[in-house]
Amino acid sequence: MTARLRRLIMFPLAFVFVAALWEAYKAVGPENGGTVLGIRLLPRTADRAMPHVWEMVSRLGRPEVRGGKETILSVVASATWYSFKVALAAFVIGALLGIAVAVLMARFRLVERALMPYLIVSQTVPIIVLGPLIIGLMAYGSRDLVSKTWIAAILLGVFLAFFPVAVATLRGLQSTPPASMELMDSLASPWWRTLLKLRFPAAVPYIAPALRLAGAAAVVGVVVAEISLGVPAGIGRLILSYGQDATTDPPKLYTAVFGAAALGLAMAILVAVIDRQMMRRHPPEGN
Amino acid sequence: MDATVERKAGQRQVAVRVSGVSKVFNRGAPNQVDALVEIDLNVYKGEFVSLIGPSGCGKSTLLRLIADLIEPTSGDLVVNGKPAHQARLDQDYGMAFQQSGLFDWRTVERNIELPLELKGWDKARRRARSTEMLSLVKLSEFSAHMPWQLSGGMQQRVAIARALAAHPELLLMDEPFGALDEMTREHMQAELLRICSETGTTVVFVTHSIPEAVYLADRVVVMSPRPGRITATVDVGLGRDRSELTREASDFFDRVTEVREALRGTHVGDAVSGIDDR
Repeated sequence: MTARLRRLIMFPLAFVFVAALWEAYKAVGPENGGTVLGIRLLPRTADRAMPHVWEMVSRLGRPEVRGGKETILSVVASATWYSFKVALAAFVIGALLGIAVAVLMARFRLVERALMPYLIVSQTVPIIVLGPLIIGLMAYGSRDLVSKTWIAAILLGVFLAFFPVAVATLRGLQSTPPASMELMDSLASPWWRTLLKLRFPAAVPYIAPALRLAGAAAVVGVVVAEISLGVPAGIGRLILSYGQDATTDPPKLYTAVFGAAALGLAMAILVAVIDRQMMRRHPPEGN
Repeated sequence: MDATVERKAGQRQVAVRVSGVSKVFNRGAPNQVDALVEIDLNVYKGEFVSLIGPSGCGKSTLLRLIADLIEPTSGDLVVNGKPAHQARLDQDYGMAFQQSGLFDWRTVERNIELPLELKGWDKARRRARSTEMLSLVKLSEFSAHMPWQLSGGMQQRVAIARALAAHPELLLMDEPFGALDEMTREHMQAELLRICSETGTTVVFVTHSIPEAVYLADRVVVMSPRPGRITATVDVGLGRDRSELTREASDFFDRVTEVREALRGTHVGDAVSGIDDR
């Protein structure tokens, strides 16, 4: 109970700490940046580059564009929500696909040997080139391009999310204790029932941490896709367009960064809850 | 011969018949192992048979052959009057291993119900049976515990309850108490004898402990390695009413000595062939 209380206090405290660090550097750091060993490393602390934290927060309450009705908070919130839905879809599809591929590879040694090299190579492709590739391959018309780029965003998220799940699930399915396999054999259990009753639950400690990775990967994939494809909604797009306003309205960009941070945080919390649910019946660590 | 053996001899109902069974691993390869050669063994219904021998004598292999977990290279295995393969499909036997092999993510009672799930029993029937089994192994108050919350001895009792859950007539055990400390082990042996006499189960029990083999069994089968074969059979003849006092009886020590001498022969042969190998 006390550990829980401590977490509850530590969580907002972490934000305060980051804000204080920001302001402290802004107070002592060089106005126009500085060099360390001849390399420009120290960021500029001028208001145009590093706005005060309170300016960013108060910016959230003002309209997005001068004279507009909608506050920037609601614009950022709805863009974040949109991206979250896309990332969630990518995560769910990616995780299911990863598990399905792993089960196939565990069942048929041939599939594993045929597929594994491609899986590994696939992850070396720079994801930023994949967006346009997917759009091109799907041959959308120019009008569809605007409305359906989110499908490409999901595909990119899936592409990144499914890999850690597939690899970890396969490893988990292959690490079933031989004694337990022998037990199921002695009970004449068919392959698929052994899978459901033994191998899959036994693989959960492998799968759960991979889902955490997949959640983060789905977010990265979706945001990168939004930026590189120009998806007309979503937080990636806001970061891009607010960045262009940075010279005249510096805090604006940071409101979009807040949105991206909230997106990552929401996904992290979701996968942590899933992780905890999956591991509920397993022995606690160190046991 | 005492009365129990006479009676069994009269009925002569065979639970396990092993005839001319050989098992060769990696046949034709440089690391070929003649695990078992021409094994003949009958286990009668209600009998408790211990298989004992030095490591590599094939006692676990023989147990796995009876369980149809591996196939013999040649020879014939009949369990409960049918081919070993059919007996496995029919769940005619229960099995317990050195590792309890309980599923971490299942409660104690759901672990015990596993064989029943595979038989397609409905939930109420499974629960009734697991309750019965838990009281048999005296763990009723631990039904909702997770396996990792129990001691090693308790886990092994759950594994025995699981092996007996479907009321098989035959129990195959592979060094089930090998990982337990001496005190727990003796307690578990007494518990196993009690359970067997309550249920009338036939048992084939693999061990490398001489006192354990003698204390538990009606008959101790002594095996020797390279190639694995049966070198002696010792009728224990201590009757079925065994207690802690049995362990201190002179009959018990006589049988222990008899088994030890039978094993000694196997060790001499082992040492010689060990030198030959090198």
